[in-house]
Amino acid sequence: MSAMKTVITSSGDTLQSTMDSRFGRCAYFCVYDQESGTTSFLKNEFATAQGGAGQKVAEKMLMLGVQRIISGDFGPKAKAILDKYQVQLVKFSDDQKTIQQIIETLK
Amino acid sequence: MNSKNFKIAIASGKGGTGKTTVAVNLAHYLAHDRQQQVLLVDCDVEEPNDALFFADAQLTATVPVLLPVPEIDTQKCTFCRACVDYCAFNAITVIPPLRHAEVSPELCHSCGACLYACRDGAITEKDLHIGTINTFRLGNDLQLLEGRLNVGLATQTPLIRQLTGKAKTSLGTIIYDAPPGTSCSVVATLAGADFVLLVTEPTPFGLHDLKLAVELVRSMDKDFAVVINKSDKGFGEMQQYLSEEALPVFVTIPFDREIARQYSGSRLLIESIEGYKRHYSEMAGKIFETTTV
Repeated sequence: MSAMKTVITSSGDTLQSTMDSRFGRCAYFCVYDQESGTTSFLKNEFATAQGGAGQKVAEKMLMLGVQRIISGDFGPKAKAILDKYQVQLVKFSDDQKTIQQIIETLK
Repeated sequence: MNSKNFKIAIASGKGGTGKTTVAVNLAHYLAHDRQQQVLLVDCDVEEPNDALFFADAQLTATVPVLLPVPEIDTQKCTFCRACVDYCAFNAITVIPPLRHAEVSPELCHSCGACLYACRDGAITEKDLHIGTINTFRLGNDLQLLEGRLNVGLATQTPLIRQLTGKAKTSLGTIIYDAPPGTSCSVVATLAGADFVLLVTEPTPFGLHDLKLAVELVRSMDKDFAVVINKSDKGFGEMQQYLSEEALPVFVTIPFDREIARQYSGSRLLIESIEGYKRHYSEMAGKIFETTTV
């Protein structure tokens, strides 16, 4: 698979942060580029939105061209649009794992 | 005084203080004991329940409420995202690389900003059915208008505007039973009121939200008074606040377990509890003597 871009929802902006199990209202996104092995962190500007956070974060993921998202769960609106554009959604139940540990399992 | 079309709103800030209790009992009292023509308006459109207190309520009309909601024509859309920037409610999703543009009707407040933002003529409006306005006959001189928002929508405010717009042409006394809180839906309910009764309870939460409600009615320049409900041992901080601000307290209704029992059986307290009517007689007396129409 080439240039696979994965997002992991994160509670902080370092590799030692744990996963944030919320999708639309996570604190940060860790964008992991599988090809280059690089990671970058983006703050979630919709974390405290009054409504529509899931939909807006899904929009952001699609604008970034993400192909896979790892999070605790996905709401119905976000899931509908992400499914439509064939983004792989991975539900990860262990929110004590760090971003680093999750990335190791992807390699 | 002339009580033609005098509009009283019952609001609170905090939920569960007794707005509905006061609204339904006051409406019944004015119609039965003061021979006024009364229209009760249930503006708590997310969970309207005033009708439950009138066992003989007859539904006489049901009217659908429509609200224009934008639609995006993706053939005309240039995916510039101007509408997304204008939308304060996260209701529009536009993804240029995928040529995707859609509106989430359940988040849309029908403010029209996206229509203004669009330079490509790609946005038009289509009616969305957001709820209903039901009319009930409750007695000879008592009617109820009830707004009922469809489940899952966030458009209380436009529904309330249509509801109060319909109510305000009615003759007699109009009682608006407001939703809880101090946000847009409450502002829409209070906007047309001549007088506001703020129902509170002597607890820290009650006081906190009473302060917000007082701030709101003052900023709207409304005449108002306070009703203290569920009063038992008293709460010094509330008394202190009320006297410092020199706020008129029209009635203090004591806490009584029997009130909760009768209320949960959806019974009118002025009919089911001995001596309870005097609170409403006192309340009505003060409302109509302090206000001049």
